[in-house]
Amino acid sequence: MAARITASVYSSHVPAIGVAIDQNKTDEPYWRPLFEGYEPSRRWMEDNVPDAIVLVYNDHATSFSLDFIPTFAIGTAAVFPVADEGWGPRPVPPVVGHAEFASHIAQSLIQQDFDMTIVNRLAVDHGLTVPLSLLFGQPDAWPCPVIPIPVNVVQYPLPSGERCLALGKAIRKAVEQFDEPLNVQVWGTGGMSHQLQGRRAGLINREFDNAFLDRLIAEPESLAATPHVEYIREAGSEGVELVMWLIARGAMADLAGGPAPTIRHRFYHVPASNTAVGHLILEEAE
Amino acid sequence: MPLEKPYLDVPGTTIFDAEQSRKGYWLNQFCMSLMSAENRDRFRSDERAYLDEWDMTEDQKQGVLDRDLNKMISLGGNIYFLAKIGATDGSSFQQMAGSMTGMSEDEYREMMINGGRSADGNRYLHEWGE
Repeated sequence: MAARITASVYSSHVPAIGVAIDQNKTDEPYWRPLFEGYEPSRRWMEDNVPDAIVLVYNDHATSFSLDFIPTFAIGTAAVFPVADEGWGPRPVPPVVGHAEFASHIAQSLIQQDFDMTIVNRLAVDHGLTVPLSLLFGQPDAWPCPVIPIPVNVVQYPLPSGERCLALGKAIRKAVEQFDEPLNVQVWGTGGMSHQLQGRRAGLINREFDNAFLDRLIAEPESLAATPHVEYIREAGSEGVELVMWLIARGAMADLAGGPAPTIRHRFYHVPASNTAVGHLILEEAE
Repeated sequence: MPLEKPYLDVPGTTIFDAEQSRKGYWLNQFCMSLMSAENRDRFRSDERAYLDEWDMTEDQKQGVLDRDLNKMISLGGNIYFLAKIGATDGSSFQQMAGSMTGMSEDEYREMMINGGRSADGNRYLHEWGE
C-alpha cells in the first residue's frame, strides 16, 4: 500500500507567536483570542497525527543568505536543528526529518521537471517551527517527522502562483509513488496580509485575506493566476508569502480528479504583531 | 522588451528584486554576519570599525549607524537581513516596522491593534501624489 495525503494545513508563521508561546504569554489578553482560534485544530490534530508532514515555508535570511537563493528546495537530512535567528534558538525540539521519504520525493519532483535544490544542512527558523508549535503545543519531541520545503519569497522574482499550485500537484504524485502506507499532511505557511517595510508598513487587508481563504477552498486554479503585484498591493509586500499556501492546496485530491476536501477548521485574526493570521485545515475524504 | 516591474507602482514599498539585491549585497551580507554572538559583540564595541571591514558604500554605512531602515532599504537592504541589526539592538519586529512609518512606537502599535493600515488610498503611487 502506498503513502497517501490525508489533509492539508495552512497557517501564518509570525515570529512573535513563537515568542508568546516560548514565554508563556498565551493567556495574555493580546494573545488569547489567537490561541483560542487554534484550539479546535489542536484537538483535531491529537487524533490525526500524520506519519510525516511535508512543510512548505520560507527561510527568512537564516539558512539562506545571499550566498544561495534556491527557488524551491527540499530538506533531505535526518535532522534539522532549530536556528538562532539573532535572539537565540527557540526552546523547541529539533525537527526530525525523514531522509528516505524526502529523497524519494526529491527524485520524483525532479523527474516531474521541478528542479529542486536538495539541502542536507538546514537550520530551520520560525517559518517552520511556529506552525508546529501552534498545532502541537510544547511537546518534548515533535510527534512526527517533517520534510521541509523552503520556497524563495524573499528575492524577486518569486515562483508564480501557478508554479506553486503545480508543485503541489507534483508532491501529491510523489507521495503516491512511495511504497509505504504513510499518512501524510502537506502544510502551507506564511501570510496573511502584512508589510514589514517602508512607509506603508502595517498594511492589513481583511477583505483580501478572507476572499483568499474562500477561493483557496473553492477555486484554487483561478486563485493561482493572481499575479505577485496584486498580493503586494492588496496584502502587503510580505503578504506575498501566501503563494506558498497554493503548494499545499495543489496536493489535494480534488485537483487530481478526486472529491473535494472537508473544511475541518477555519480561523482569521488581526493582529499578531504586524500581521493578519489565517488558518485552515482541509481534510481529504476517506 | 524590458523586464516587467509592475511593483514599482506601489507607494511606500520597495520590492527586493535582483537589482536591489545586487546594490545591497554587502550591506545584507554584513547583516548576516550579526547572526554570530562574537560578531555582534565586535559590532557593538566599535560600529564604525566593524562596518569598515565590509565593502559597503559610505551611504550604506551611514544608514546603519543612523539605524535608518528606509535609507538602508533604498540602498538595497532587505528587511529580513536588516532585522539582524534590530536583533543586535534588542528591537522587536514591530518596533522596526513602526520606525519606518513616521509614527511613534505607541501610535503604530495602536494602529495594528485597531486592524492595521487600510489598503484604501495606499495602492498606487498617484494616491500618495508620487
